[in-house]
Amino acid sequence: MAAHEPDTVAGLAARLAKREVSAVEVARDAFHRIAKIGPTLNAFLQVDEEGALAAAKAADAAIARGHAGPLAGVPIAHKDVLMTEGLRTTCGSRMLESFVAPYDAHVVAGLKNAGTVLVGKTNMDEFAMGSSNETSYFGPVRNPWNLDYVPGGSSGGSAAAVAARLVPAATGTDTGGSIRQPASLSGICGFKPTYGVSSRYGLIAFASSLDTPGPFARTALDCALLQNAMSGHDPRDATSLDRPHEDVARLIHEKAGAKPLEGLRIGLPAEYFGEGIDAEVASAMDAALAEFRSLGATTVAITLPVVNLSVPVYYVIAPAEASSNLSRFDGVRYGHRAARYDDLNDMYRRSRAEGFGAEVKRRILVGTYVLSHGYYDAYYLKAQKVRRLIANDFARAWRECDVIMGPTAPSPAFKLGAKTDDPVQMYLNDIFTIAANLTGMPAISIPAGFTKAGLPIGLQIQGDYFTEARVLNVAHRFQQATDWHARAPAMAKVPA
Amino acid sequence: MKLTLDDVRRIAHLARIEIDAQAAREVHAKLESIFAMIDQLQAIDTTGIEPMSHAQDVVLALRDDKVTERDRHQDYQKVAPAVADGLYLVPRVVE
Repeated sequence: MAAHEPDTVAGLAARLAKREVSAVEVARDAFHRIAKIGPTLNAFLQVDEEGALAAAKAADAAIARGHAGPLAGVPIAHKDVLMTEGLRTTCGSRMLESFVAPYDAHVVAGLKNAGTVLVGKTNMDEFAMGSSNETSYFGPVRNPWNLDYVPGGSSGGSAAAVAARLVPAATGTDTGGSIRQPASLSGICGFKPTYGVSSRYGLIAFASSLDTPGPFARTALDCALLQNAMSGHDPRDATSLDRPHEDVARLIHEKAGAKPLEGLRIGLPAEYFGEGIDAEVASAMDAALAEFRSLGATTVAITLPVVNLSVPVYYVIAPAEASSNLSRFDGVRYGHRAARYDDLNDMYRRSRAEGFGAEVKRRILVGTYVLSHGYYDAYYLKAQKVRRLIANDFARAWRECDVIMGPTAPSPAFKLGAKTDDPVQMYLNDIFTIAANLTGMPAISIPAGFTKAGLPIGLQIQGDYFTEARVLNVAHRFQQATDWHARAPAMAKVPA
Repeated sequence: MKLTLDDVRRIAHLARIEIDAQAAREVHAKLESIFAMIDQLQAIDTTGIEPMSHAQDVVLALRDDKVTERDRHQDYQKVAPAVADGLYLVPRVVE
């Protein structure tokens, strides 16, 4: 195998369908790359070479018979919060260190049906609680652009794996920015659809009213193709929406002239461009917006007065839901059980103290407090009311614009260990991403430049409910005119 | 509202997480800074605002009261720490 730039999802699917390359060759190439680079990044918690080669052979046979799925033979990695039947699913936690999932998550099954080949499970912040991938029980993931830096989180393993070209595609879950923020810090695309479009069945719950599965890839087109396979009504998730199937790549496939975004109104919230934005991030935003104007779009100044309270709202609602969801880990039905205990209550207490890491325990305690007697109205109900005010801000904004843009994160990637002692500083990383979870609206992060030190900068594009196709198309048109998304970290050049 | 060390011990008990004195002090300091950030919410007037618990105003769907899943209790119990005869084993709670 020669050293080469691995293909995108769309490129690979086309070559596989034309039988220019076999799925088995593609899978072997992925495992070659994972063996060379994977351990340095700590991106994978588990690889399944045997299962992948069997799936690749089946994909080759389906292609030969002429009825393969649209993504037949495309390698993919799943975040270890998504259940994969017969494979360990750890959530990055000691609690689930030896848990083997008895069934597939709905989105895992959808991608399997589309023909993707599962190569392994990716590292993540414990129970998806973190913005740097440093809370994983299995150690931090490193950023492929600079190994001293974090890849972002919580889906840091998936982001690093795609950025380093170990796989063309990976899944993530986004509760407060856990797809978009690591996509931004790792220099790739990460897409969060409207809440309810991707089923949560088989996604180990963190905050149920916010958790949203979505794809990582190098291009917006790839994200659209992956999302098509992940969408769909699922009666096993009570919040899964029953809507007609929508091809979210359809606008991307339309022919367009020199001004493909003619008529598009881009909202620029004052709150996204104020204090606290890194200077290099701010200038990358200016350059990206100039590019969007040259593609025919206009920009309009808007205001989202309450959006700055997204972080405090989130750190009431998400821990409240987490404290309830994570009560299921009691050492009885699954997960870690302490070796020594006096009685049933002692077994619960010790199993949970040993099984959960510090950040997870902190959030369970915050959630328990805000839901406890005497504090419910002051914290939980108050946060839900401010959540409504934030959603109202966006509803007003959509009268003036079609998409909203700004930086995905206020700064580029930071060094490992830089924020681990200060949870509030860590939480502020998600200041621009959380609102899309609180409201449930779709959003994507795409590469939009680099710092002088060579770290990626991400641009976030947000849309109103069910405007997945538009958001993805706006990102795609930018990528037709720029090449930020095509740049690869030096470590991605793997010799044969 | 001031979060005390007693509060930390009380909520750790409610959450069934064992916590020793030193860990309680450490987590107390971190929770204080988190609640200082959360307390920004108190400055906002939310009179008359309907709480938002969910992104979509979905109505929970009803379905027919029919068995739709096959019995896989053995698969599901395979991942349990202690099982016998299809039952989960826990320390004795009734003498």
